[in-house]
Amino acid sequence: MKPQSKLKYVLAAGAIAFGFPQGAFAQNTIKVGSVLSVTGPSSFLGEPEDKTLRLYVDKINAAGGVNGKKIELVIYDDGGDANKARTFATRLVEDDKVVAMVGGTSTGSTMAMIPVFEEAQIPFISLAGAIEVIDPVRKYVFKTPHTDKMACEKIFEDLKKRNLTKIGMISGTDGFGASMRAQCVKVAPNYGMQILIDENYGPRDSDMTAQLTKIKNTAGVQAVVNPGFGQGPAIVTRNYAQLGMGDIPLYQSHGVASKSFIELAGKAAEGVRLPAAALLVGDKLPESDPQKKVVTEYKQTYESATKQPVSTFGGHAYDGLFILVEAIKRANSTDSKKIRDEIEKTKGFVGTGGIVNMSATDHLGLDLSAFRMLEIKNGDWNLVESGS
Amino acid sequence: MAEFLQFLISGLTVGAVYALVALGFTLIYNASGVVNFAQGEFVMLGGMVTVFAAAAGVPLPLAGLVAVCVAVAVGLLLHRLAIEPARGASAVTLIIITIGASILLRGIAQVMFDKQFHKLPAFSGDTPVDVLGAAVQPQSFWVLGGAAVVVLALYVFLEHTVLGKAVLATAANRLAARLVGINTTTIMALAFGGSAAIGAVAGILITPITLTSYDVGTLLALKGFAAAMLGGMGNPLGAVLGGLILGLLEAFGAGYLSSTYKDAFAFLVILVVLFAAPQGLFGRRVVERV
Repeated sequence: MKPQSKLKYVLAAGAIAFGFPQGAFAQNTIKVGSVLSVTGPSSFLGEPEDKTLRLYVDKINAAGGVNGKKIELVIYDDGGDANKARTFATRLVEDDKVVAMVGGTSTGSTMAMIPVFEEAQIPFISLAGAIEVIDPVRKYVFKTPHTDKMACEKIFEDLKKRNLTKIGMISGTDGFGASMRAQCVKVAPNYGMQILIDENYGPRDSDMTAQLTKIKNTAGVQAVVNPGFGQGPAIVTRNYAQLGMGDIPLYQSHGVASKSFIELAGKAAEGVRLPAAALLVGDKLPESDPQKKVVTEYKQTYESATKQPVSTFGGHAYDGLFILVEAIKRANSTDSKKIRDEIEKTKGFVGTGGIVNMSATDHLGLDLSAFRMLEIKNGDWNLVESGS
Repeated sequence: MAEFLQFLISGLTVGAVYALVALGFTLIYNASGVVNFAQGEFVMLGGMVTVFAAAAGVPLPLAGLVAVCVAVAVGLLLHRLAIEPARGASAVTLIIITIGASILLRGIAQVMFDKQFHKLPAFSGDTPVDVLGAAVQPQSFWVLGGAAVVVLALYVFLEHTVLGKAVLATAANRLAARLVGINTTTIMALAFGGSAAIGAVAGILITPITLTSYDVGTLLALKGFAAAMLGGMGNPLGAVLGGLILGLLEAFGAGYLSSTYKDAFAFLVILVVLFAAPQGLFGRRVVERV
């Protein structure tokens, strides 16, 4: 081990000594672009993504870079505005001449940027959730986060195991909630699910007891599913407990998969189930789990560097960056087309979001095993069944 | 019956908050003729300052007091630095100033606090109270009671103190008030401070139920403004009733009709009212006597 780590320092020193003066020449650095929503309404997604990318690019460069070249990261902040995202995308392609792109915090920004990268034939690994990013498959577009469709499937799988088939839904009318609701309605018949009642709430609403009372009074509802993110699901959970609906299982989505949800919903969160990435339960995974090492290392690195708790969103950026880095290594080139081909060949990549196996027809490469079914117990996440 | 009661209570709780915001609008509108769209930010300040003061170890009641003081200070500054210098400007200009102030306050809150949602513990526990089959959070009673106390205190202040009468006089006719020796600038500052305090109290009372963040004020200002319009702009009693009606419309709309069109339904009713009676439900027709 020792000589190797020494070698790393020598390489790093060499890179600093010789790399910097020549850094101005495009050939000696690998320019990677990123457009993130670091400020604005999606900042709780964009901020950890931004920190993760900067943190790990520094680490990679300190360790000698990729194929002897340093990564030069160009990050722009779209403030959650899709129009701005598109302008920055054009700038990345035309002025900065990036070889690849990791970013696009929201689905809106991503969809606005796709035409730019498709036309320039530069690989684009998106960090947005919705399924339309990779369905239909576009030649240069990939993504790392699980889709909302998968979240529905994971929830329905768990419901089926518990022999619960008659459900009520209460969804946020925000982009995430509406999109996931539509996916759930679409895949429900595949799992024999019957949606008896389908309610909504505004993303800024402060009281959902009226909708929940309706669900409560609907005969035959065996479980309730709540797609949404932000404070809405926390209020739904609190109202749920208030109305004494605790004997009907409540399912949240991966949109609430952060510690702050448990904190906001308080005691009412006890018993709530949700599908989420392994990152949240790194310390509870069995040693044999292939993701254990990756997620615990990422958590440690991120938390010690930023003094903030990890979120799955930063994890998406981690996955995107390393899928790209490995592809560049394999391609042994900074040619965008060659990098694209290698990204598509990604097999068995262990990320924070799951094990990625991409193909020409699947630019996400995750299956349902990437989601873990969690239950909130004693104010903490718990794996429902390590097998499921 | 239990269902009806459930809708009624959740409507009244939300409505009480709208009522307090509407009351803030009314108070400033009466004294200065300004529609203050930064009203929602006072509610945000009430909640956020309490959360952060409590997190810093200040006992909850004291943290609430700190929050009210901060909001009042901000209200006075808003009047002194933004409204007073623009005295004599048109109503639209003044509205634009308050919208600007609202954006500024939100921006400062985003930097000074953070962008996360926060909660406060409920004042008297989370165990729901059963009211004839409807489950009610104890905090709802705090909100309803708090709103009632604020309204009552405001009524007593306006009707039974000299200072309150000076506010009413300024509202009725600023020039005449000045002629009888009332310092109308002080009165206006008082109105801004007062409505900031009312907003902050609303923010503190609702945070245990609705959570708070740097941008909760936007929607509350909109709903509060709608409530004030519904009740009749400038009429304190109308503001309270307008708020309660709006809250009830929302709750019953979501409960008996469709939750998808909950907001649309509430605003539709307001539009109908304003078409039929432009002065609002409880507004007086202005009669100028010469």
